Amino acid sequence: MSDLVIQIRDLVRTYEMGAETVQALRGVSLEIRRNEYVAIMGPSGSGKSTLMNLIGCLDTPTSGEYWLNGQEVSRMPDDALARVRNREIGFVFQTFNLLPRASALANVELPLVYAGITSRLRRQRAVAALTRVGLGDRMDHRPNELSGGQRQRVAIARALVNEPAILLADEPTGNLDSTTSEEIMRVFGTLHDQGQTIIMVTHESDIAAHAERVVVLRDGRIASDTPRREAAA
Amino acid sequence: MMLKDAVGMALTTIRTQKLKSFFSLLGVLIGVTFLIAVVSIVQGMNVYMEDQFANKLVGLNTFQLRRMPNFTDASEEQWREWSRRPRINYVEADFVESRMQTPAIFSRFCSERLPIMWNGTTAKDVDVWTADAPMFRIKNLDIEAGRVFTPQEAQAGMAVVVVGWEIAEKLFKGADPLGKNVAIEGLPYRVIGRMAKQGNLFGISLDKFAVVPFDSPVHRAACRSGFMDEFHVRADNVVGMKAALAETEEAMRIQRRLKPQQEDNFAMQTAEGALEGWNKISAILMTALPMLVSVSLVVGGIVIMNIMLMAVAERTVEIGIRKALGAKRRDIMAQFVVESATLSTVGAGIGILTGIGLAFAVRSLTPLPAAVAPWSVVLGVSLGVAVGMIAGIYPASRASRLDPITALRAE
Repeated sequence: MSDLVIQIRDLVRTYEMGAETVQALRGVSLEIRRNEYVAIMGPSGSGKSTLMNLIGCLDTPTSGEYWLNGQEVSRMPDDALARVRNREIGFVFQTFNLLPRASALANVELPLVYAGITSRLRRQRAVAALTRVGLGDRMDHRPNELSGGQRQRVAIARALVNEPAILLADEPTGNLDSTTSEEIMRVFGTLHDQGQTIIMVTHESDIAAHAERVVVLRDGRIASDTPRREAAA
Repeated sequence: MMLKDAVGMALTTIRTQKLKSFFSLLGVLIGVTFLIAVVSIVQGMNVYMEDQFANKLVGLNTFQLRRMPNFTDASEEQWREWSRRPRINYVEADFVESRMQTPAIFSRFCSERLPIMWNGTTAKDVDVWTADAPMFRIKNLDIEAGRVFTPQEAQAGMAVVVVGWEIAEKLFKGADPLGKNVAIEGLPYRVIGRMAKQGNLFGISLDKFAVVPFDSPVHRAACRSGFMDEFHVRADNVVGMKAALAETEEAMRIQRRLKPQQEDNFAMQTAEGALEGWNKISAILMTALPMLVSVSLVVGGIVIMNIMLMAVAERTVEIGIRKALGAKRRDIMAQFVVESATLSTVGAGIGILTGIGLAFAVRSLTPLPAAVAPWSVVLGVSLGVAVGMIAGIYPASRASRLDPITALRAE
């Protein structure tokens, strides 16, 4: 097995919008290696959200192939996809998407609940994940008792707790001020240095600049795919 | 672990939205309250009727040979037919007693409401019983002071009286009644005993009576000469009573020369017979109860289903998050079904408490020994769980089928 984490070939996704057929992705091919840090950019309507949903196994393609960590996931049924999301993907959302009534610790434990891990082990691993993002002292706080940056770090801890193949972030700094955004980007940088594969969808080029590779989508196709230094230039 | 989480979630919802939860659980609550309360009250009533009503008023292992049944509802026509029947006479009573093989004790009986006077005080409307000496044992009448009349006194028709507790209180106001001469129907009667207090039944005093020998002078006011209202028979036990009933019927039919195709023209009133009316009411209640309970539970279930549909709508994003993090359909399904069952069970739990409360209130405010039946509590809890689970299935399946992308975008 190569160290390819993601292998996408000719991915097409069309939606039926009433009588109209919208082609969100018109044939995307992409390979991402282990420990890459990739930013996916593009204007709205470029298909980057569709691509991110497909990579995150929240959606299945109309045609084309998607191999994630050696598994062909493009034709999987719902519950199998749920399992893949649970084991292989760690989501970080723009709006954090934490459960409001649960403590930071309980939020981080949630993926482990669905993985069927015993409660003692769950707690251990959740504590470790929260400590890793620097929130070891905020574990019993609820999301509304935490700042935006802290909430996003809880979300990152939750994404990491199952040791996923990829960390998939959708506009992770979209709801944060620039200082906090930098703080989150530093966390991402550290995780990347520790060997984590990161895929980040963003429309902000200064955020994308933290990645080492930038993929730009336009009209459902890849317009450019460049290493960072050239993209920044 | 999933179970604990879902139960916890449901309890949090209830805690944070007390009033809303209360209303949404009202249906199940009322249903289960009904169940517990009605079952306890009916069972208490059963005990009461058997212990108090039947055994005190009619007597244990006892029956009365009468012209017509009492404690029964009959048509006017039926009553007219009964009224034409001959009364029980001495010859018949003697014949029954002499033929009886089963060990039993007997007493003739008539009663009349008469005033009793002493020293210028009058006790009005006293139930004066004219009876033979065994009546005290037949009716389990305890003597508190003095004695009952002897067979000799009874035989001679002596003017002696054993007074009920309330009569003694009223006439003698705490003074010793023994040896005093009271007036019944203008005739002097010597008080030879006072009976122990029996209390009351449905608010009617059981102590406002007096017993005199059957053949004593008052007899003329109570029954027609040669006849009696009732002939009381008491056997030693239930088996003996069955036998005595059969023997009495046979003796009466022989004595009255009834042909085989003729019906009995007399009646034998038993405690069981006296309970007939109550048993009918109790049966109706116990038939109506499941209907009442099911109507409340169906309404309660529909309300809970609505609450759960609202919960699913309110928590669409949460469902999206859970799905994104790897929850399978059955995980989401289980979460909402358990949550719904928890809600409903809490409703049932409160219902059980109010039901028990009602039963205790009835117990302390009325003479009914209402007791909570353990099976009704178990049934209440089970119904709560079941209603919640059934009501939760539809909302839960809607939640489980949500598309994660759409769910995450909902706001």
